[in-house]
Amino acid sequence: MSEEKQKQNAAAAPTAAPVINRRKQQERRQFLRSLMLAAGVVGISAMGYIPVARSWNPRLRPPGALVEDEFLASCIKCGQCVQVCPVEAITLADIMDGFGVGVPYVDARDQACDFSCDGLQCILACPTGALSHSLNYPHEVRMGFARLDRPDLCLAMHGKGFKGQIRGPEFDGLFRYTEIDRWKPQRVHEQTFDLELCDLCVRHCPIEIRITQCEAGKPPSGDVNQCPPRHAIELQAEDRGDGVMRMRPVVLDGCVGCGACEMVCPTEPAAIVIDIESTVERV
Amino acid sequence: MNFFKESLLQLLGRAPTRPKPDDFSPEVKKIHFYKKGEKVTLDEIRAEHAAHKSHKWRNRRWTTLLLVNLLFVVSYYFDIQLLEGALTASRFMGFHMADLNSALQVMLAFKHVVLNLLIGTTTVFILWLLLGGRTFCSWVCPYHLLAEWAEKIHLWLVEHKLVKNHEFHRGVRTAFYVIFALLALGTGYTVYETISPTGILSRAIIYGATLALGWVVFLLLFEIFVSQRAWCRYVCPIGMTYGVVGLFSPLRVVYNVESCKHEGECRKVCLVPHVLDPVIKGRAIDINVPIGADCTRCGLCIDICPTGSLRYEIKGLNKVL
Ligand code: SF4
Ligand code: SF4
Ligand code: SF4
Ligand code: SF4
Repeated sequence: MSEEKQKQNAAAAPTAAPVINRRKQQERRQFLRSLMLAAGVVGISAMGYIPVARSWNPRLRPPGALVEDEFLASCIKCGQCVQVCPVEAITLADIMDGFGVGVPYVDARDQACDFSCDGLQCILACPTGALSHSLNYPHEVRMGFARLDRPDLCLAMHGKGFKGQIRGPEFDGLFRYTEIDRWKPQRVHEQTFDLELCDLCVRHCPIEIRITQCEAGKPPSGDVNQCPPRHAIELQAEDRGDGVMRMRPVVLDGCVGCGACEMVCPTEPAAIVIDIESTVERV
Repeated sequence: MNFFKESLLQLLGRAPTRPKPDDFSPEVKKIHFYKKGEKVTLDEIRAEHAAHKSHKWRNRRWTTLLLVNLLFVVSYYFDIQLLEGALTASRFMGFHMADLNSALQVMLAFKHVVLNLLIGTTTVFILWLLLGGRTFCSWVCPYHLLAEWAEKIHLWLVEHKLVKNHEFHRGVRTAFYVIFALLALGTGYTVYETISPTGILSRAIIYGATLALGWVVFLLLFEIFVSQRAWCRYVCPIGMTYGVVGLFSPLRVVYNVESCKHEGECRKVCLVPHVLDPVIKGRAIDINVPIGADCTRCGLCIDICPTGSLRYEIKGLNKVL
């Protein structure tokens, strides 16, 4: 009965209440939906905070990188640093790095920075100063600090030599052997070694290589500013009184943390690794 | 000035306002008056649309979009220093370029501006100021292209009543803009960049596929099954930034009321149909009405219009295109 009455009313006054209510209701629904959308999108983007705050994926950053939170703030995620690196040491991080997605890092074990670009090309390429433009020479860089992490694995510590290809024929890491080619980095596996005592880390240290060049009076491009003031790594004799000639790789103040030693270390896993935590403050 | 204000308010999310009686020019009043009596049958319109099938601007646009994104890839792979970097920041033949929104996020988060970034931002600002602002969206942004295809699926599903389109309030985009700016400022992280499909796609195209593409796929699915073109319409701050630039752009779409049949096909293909409000019968306040800044200058409406009532125009240089 009453329903019929209502229908009659509606017919009599087509502009009456029900129509407006419907519209209001729709508007309210739309408003709530929009609110949910906003909450959803902001919530998802805030999830990027978790891996960063927990530092789940500590990353070795390219040369000249500002301290981590400034680096994340300033990097515009363009990958121009990736593009200029001649050894392709730089990779961009994925979504697992949260706010660090698209931010460059170096996986030293896969491919270290060996400064084969000479001029810190990545720093020059960076448009935002995330890679600080105030560095001019490789020895000024502080990416991290090498540490003999597993002395018991180190061949030199056992007095052992090394024969063959570093990390086997499958490894496709690059390194610039200046004696072979001043400009073109070579595949590490293309070199074979026959060493009485393993000193691969010292041999491949770009800082040590540069110091040797300078001592021979041949700094790159004749620029003496290229000469590092301090040594980075050396082998020190360690006598355990067992008659074995043992050597310990000792990391020195001049280490820039480029990771070349970690890349070429023939043990599995690497006996020497880069400590990412001890970076800039140390100097 | 009125045009700027209306254009800006629409960009911020307000619905288009109906013009008041004294907003109309006397000439257009006459046209509206005569059109009132005119009767056009649906069949006539259908016949006209069938006779007019053009994809000129769409094809040009897709080509441009693909070429720009490919140029990044080619420059990297063949190491020709043409266009290095990604859409967030790049160098074109040595000139710095920086996406306005990414640069803004970095400036807010980092609170420190390097000269190169400023140069890049200025270059890009001038470029898109001349080219129409949101032209970036439809002519360059890789997400736009994917979303355009996803939209086709969505519309098919809607037509077959398999899904319903859910609309949001357009003002929510302005809210997002403010929220992301505040987040960058407050947290010191470029929060928006984490979820920017434009950045994620651009990097994936150049540097290889990443897991982050999962997010892009999710967005596309959302647009297919829930809400038409949701990201570009209701969220993306990049579009908003370029929209503001477009307020002052000489390049725009202009509507001419004279031969228009008001059947509204143009509003069906448009990503931002509110800007085409003047094409509704009786709404145009002048014979020629410029379309507002939220327009992405995609040209879909120009392609579809059988009467040629919509066209590109460079302000000051009339009828160049
Ligand atoms: S300094 Fe040179 S070699 Fe090292 S990461 Fe940068 S571009 Fe590559
Ligand atoms: S060049 Fe600079 S801004 Fe671009 S990805 Fe590398 S560090 Fe980030
Ligand atoms: S010791 Fe290792 S990390 Fe340090 S400079 Fe030498 S190669 Fe690089
Ligand atoms: S008004 Fe036309 S050109 Fe502008 S976005 Fe809509 S369809 Fe594209």
